[in-house]
Amino acid sequence: MLTLKPSAYEGIVQDAGNAFPDECCGFLFGREEPDVRIITEILVVVNAKEGDKRRRFEISARDYLRAEKYALEQNLQLLGVYHSHPNHPAIPSEHDRVAAQPFFSYVIISYFEEGNRELLSWRLNEEHQFEAEDVQFSSTIYQVH
Amino acid sequence: MATVIIPTPLRKFTGNTASLEISAETVEEAVGKLSTDFPDLKKQLLDENGQIRKFLNIFVGEEDIRDLANEKTSLPNNAVLSIIPAIAGGSIDR
Repeated sequence: MLTLKPSAYEGIVQDAGNAFPDECCGFLFGREEPDVRIITEILVVVNAKEGDKRRRFEISARDYLRAEKYALEQNLQLLGVYHSHPNHPAIPSEHDRVAAQPFFSYVIISYFEEGNRELLSWRLNEEHQFEAEDVQFSSTIYQVH
Repeated sequence: MATVIIPTPLRKFTGNTASLEISAETVEEAVGKLSTDFPDLKKQLLDENGQIRKFLNIFVGEEDIRDLANEKTSLPNNAVLSIIPAIAGGSIDR
């Protein structure tokens, strides 16, 4: 289960809209509990892909190091990455799967020009295949923290 | 001794260790020792041909080893070797 704080969700949607028709990308931070990952913050980074950014994204090594450093400084866990699929479903492509890392949640937001949005999250299993991760959009659990 | 920084996604293969000290003269030697010390980490670092995986970047200090001498890059004393996952993807297979 992945729970997204509203500000994190809104940040992802906003980034997808700003980047459209290119793909956007960034990192997910929060904390991991036994049955849930709670995403409290995102870090927007530049899509460093050279070439077709409408169908591809890439995060530079230096931005990756920045994300690890940010997690350490903020006492958060780096729990995954997000990217957008402009005018395509939020289903990981084979290209997504091959490049994916273990442990990370891969949030994909489909962003259609006519307004349809869908956000799904995926994680690799032991066979390096993606499995869908339930996503919850809730603010109530944050009121106790 | 060099310090090796393990990225978050690979820490489950190192018992949640984020950094460790290793005695090695080159990147190749360091990766070899990591693979021996953490067998589950090996397949994350090396492909079936024993080469560093395509979707990993390795930096020594602030430099990508591809801009240095790749696996033969030397590790001076107190060097910091960072293993960095290459994060990439896209909406269509091509």
